[in-house]
Amino acid sequence: MQKVFEKPVSIDEKPFSYCAGCTHGIIHRLVAESIDELGIREKVIGVAPVGCSVFAYEFFNFDMCSAAHGRAPAVATGIKRARPENIVFTYQGDGDLAAIGTAEIVHAAARAEKITTIFVNNAIYGMTGGQMAPTTLVGQKTDTTPYGRKVENQGYPIKVAEMLSTLEGANYIERVTVISPAHVNKAKAAIKKAFQYQIEGKGFNLIEVLSTCPSCWGMSPIKAIEWLKANMIPHYPLGVYKDGAKTE
Amino acid sequence: MAKIEVNADRCKGCLLCAEFCPKKIIKQSDVLNSKGYYPAMQTEPEKCVGCAACAKMCPDVAITVYR
Ligand SMILES: Cc1ncc(C[n+]2csc(CCOP(=O)(O)OP(=O)(O)O)c2C)c(N)n1
Ligand code: SF4
Ligand code: SF4
Ligand code: SF4
Repeated sequence: MQKVFEKPVSIDEKPFSYCAGCTHGIIHRLVAESIDELGIREKVIGVAPVGCSVFAYEFFNFDMCSAAHGRAPAVATGIKRARPENIVFTYQGDGDLAAIGTAEIVHAAARAEKITTIFVNNAIYGMTGGQMAPTTLVGQKTDTTPYGRKVENQGYPIKVAEMLSTLEGANYIERVTVISPAHVNKAKAAIKKAFQYQIEGKGFNLIEVLSTCPSCWGMSPIKAIEWLKANMIPHYPLGVYKDGAKTE
Repeated sequence: MAKIEVNADRCKGCLLCAEFCPKKIIKQSDVLNSKGYYPAMQTEPEKCVGCAACAKMCPDVAITVYR
């Protein structure tokens, strides 16, 4: 018998600090597998956000740095412009990217920065205990919307992939999820492509990954996957929103 | 011939692997790991087809698959 599946080299030995069943961990693995397969581990510089993945630098086995809340695309811009030979990516939650960091991500995309962003949309602020995020669904109960998000009070959830794909600077934007082995395969292909484009000197590239937060949604890991499928996918349709190679 | 190995110290007993195993041969152990979780274990290795569905769904990169 041969090993046909094992921990990628780009994942460190240290166990993850995520809650049991949180799909942040699957997304980490897909980033690591892509980097291993593209042979860029020695060239990659990741920028960790503020949020549950604030310690991503502990879990990836390559160079990482941290940014202030929401500022990862600005930090990544600086790194990439100073060291264009490196492959630079940000890993950000929806609170980080779509609330406090909205300006940074919009302008990084508009400037066509040659970076890659892995955007983890779990429709809530996980790290701080489950407050409403800009991506929280209408009707979704959170700590700060205990009766459910109401349009008249909190407005509508932001569709980041759709919004950023209107910008000419965006090269590749796709929304994926990781709620079954088949979805994981598709997510992997998208993440790898988002790095491949950067290797070819193309940007801006963003993969939005619909992800679960069993703890703050108050569900078992399996129920959380079912909830994501039934509620998030209808509002956040999966698919390619921009592919520069096709439209240019 | 196929089998999986669960790294009991990375596993958090979430059972996503068990849910997605087409052969339904992953169960929860009744022995706690060092973090206080009941890790996953394979019950009937002779039925394993080495498809890696379990490993692909594992959020803690705890599964190695052999085939
Ligand atoms: C300047 C600043 N404002 C607010 C916070 C508090 N804070 C920490 S994480 C977070 C949001 C995290 O949510 P998200 O980005 O969706 O990531 P998740 O934890 O869900 O993965 C907030 C508001 C902070 N650390 N710094
Ligand atoms: S709080 Fe939510 S997002 Fe954060 S690690 Fe736990 S399940 Fe994952
Ligand atoms: S490799 Fe496939 S058959 Fe074997 S335990 Fe994992 S999911 Fe089940
Ligand atoms: S999916 Fe991974 S962490 Fe969850 S029970 Fe299975 S082996 Fe353990």
